[in-house]
Amino acid sequence: MKHWWWKIAAIALVVYSIVMGLIGNVPRLDILNETIRNLYFHVPLWFAMLTQMGISWFFALRYLNGYHIKYDILSSRAAYVGGMFALPGIITGSVWATYTWGKPWVADDPKLQGVMASMLVYFVYYLLRALIPDAQTKARISAVYNIFAFIMTFVFIMIYPRLAPNSLHPGNGGNPAFGKYDMDNGMRMVFYPACMGWILMSVWLLNVLNRMKKLQYKLDNHEEIN
Amino acid sequence: MQSNLNTSSIIALLKKEFLLEFRQKTSLASILLYVLSIVFISFLSFKSGIKPDVWGALFWLVLFFAGINAASKSFFTESKARSIYNYTLYHPTEFVISKIIYNIVLLWVVCLCSVLTFGWMISFPVQNVLLFVLTLLLGSAALGGSLTLMSCIASKTGNSYSVMSLLSMPVCIPVMLLSLRLTKNAIDGLDWLVSYKYLGGLFIIDVIIISLSLFLFRYLWKE
Repeated sequence: MKHWWWKIAAIALVVYSIVMGLIGNVPRLDILNETIRNLYFHVPLWFAMLTQMGISWFFALRYLNGYHIKYDILSSRAAYVGGMFALPGIITGSVWATYTWGKPWVADDPKLQGVMASMLVYFVYYLLRALIPDAQTKARISAVYNIFAFIMTFVFIMIYPRLAPNSLHPGNGGNPAFGKYDMDNGMRMVFYPACMGWILMSVWLLNVLNRMKKLQYKLDNHEEIN
Repeated sequence: MQSNLNTSSIIALLKKEFLLEFRQKTSLASILLYVLSIVFISFLSFKSGIKPDVWGALFWLVLFFAGINAASKSFFTESKARSIYNYTLYHPTEFVISKIIYNIVLLWVVCLCSVLTFGWMISFPVQNVLLFVLTLLLGSAALGGSLTLMSCIASKTGNSYSVMSLLSMPVCIPVMLLSLRLTKNAIDGLDWLVSYKYLGGLFIIDVIIISLSLFLFRYLWKE
């Protein structure tokens, strides 16, 4: 019970948010109508992705401070998990946009541009890792790119929307915070657990992938990781 | 790592870069030829005339790819033996400062040439010239800083140029978007008040990029 209580919590929260997200009460709003339920799925997936990107960035820094391969493994796995959460995030967003904005992808929304830029960054990161054969060089070079790219996308996501306040996202006045969504208290009771649940899920996935990669590394290199 | 930065060695490195540039004129000439031919191609493709906002987009695309061409040379030409020689002589920060300054100056030259070729062949629709010049200076400084780091990363992967452009594109998107918006304001001759916050944003990005490059380079340099 000591080690896996949070996994139970993750399952419980995600199941609760899916069930309540589909059958719970939502406010009736123009245009949004029932699509407001997408808030329970789309936004938490992005939060999980951002958490993983943050973890990846943090451990890239840790790696450069001492060159321990375990931090590189953790950092790169977090980047992969982030990518895994970005894909459903972008799909749920596109489906939602088709029914509210009329098009799956619109031109003039800083959030969409920021998301696309950060996804490109992480695809290039995976490519960079695939191109360098030697494990230590790979770790060092990709950690540098990771740190640089994360800060650039962070700047992009945090500064650019404030400069160009024409986002089409609901409850937006150039501010990427979520306090102004058209939520009532009933929705918050589902939204916050959904965020918690998906973030815990992503951490769980990271945990599994990290252990797998460590075992793989031990098998390939016949050395212990400390 | 203690910072025993030596201004004289930065100046020596810069002198070396510029001397090399003047001795082998092919590298600068190839960039200028690149700009000339791409502007000529765009002139041929937009026969009916280029609208002002298309002009801005075209200008920055030409500048971006010419910049990748220019900056990619800064690490690909370093041979293994010369790198080892450099390790013994210089502090990595000295080395990267000289490379960044060199690349920024190179990009400013490319900017000047692009403006001249655009004005000569297509048009020069900019109304607020001072704002445009400021945008060029700040925008190409940001490009120069990030392209220097990306060039160093790309030189480690072996296959150079395609990786270089792939690496640089996503990290340069914020710079490109801000510069494009400022260029559009300059073309339309809008009031300065509209542009202050974008100029500020571009300046902040400049500072972030250059300090990150200075901080991260030491981890890339040595094998």
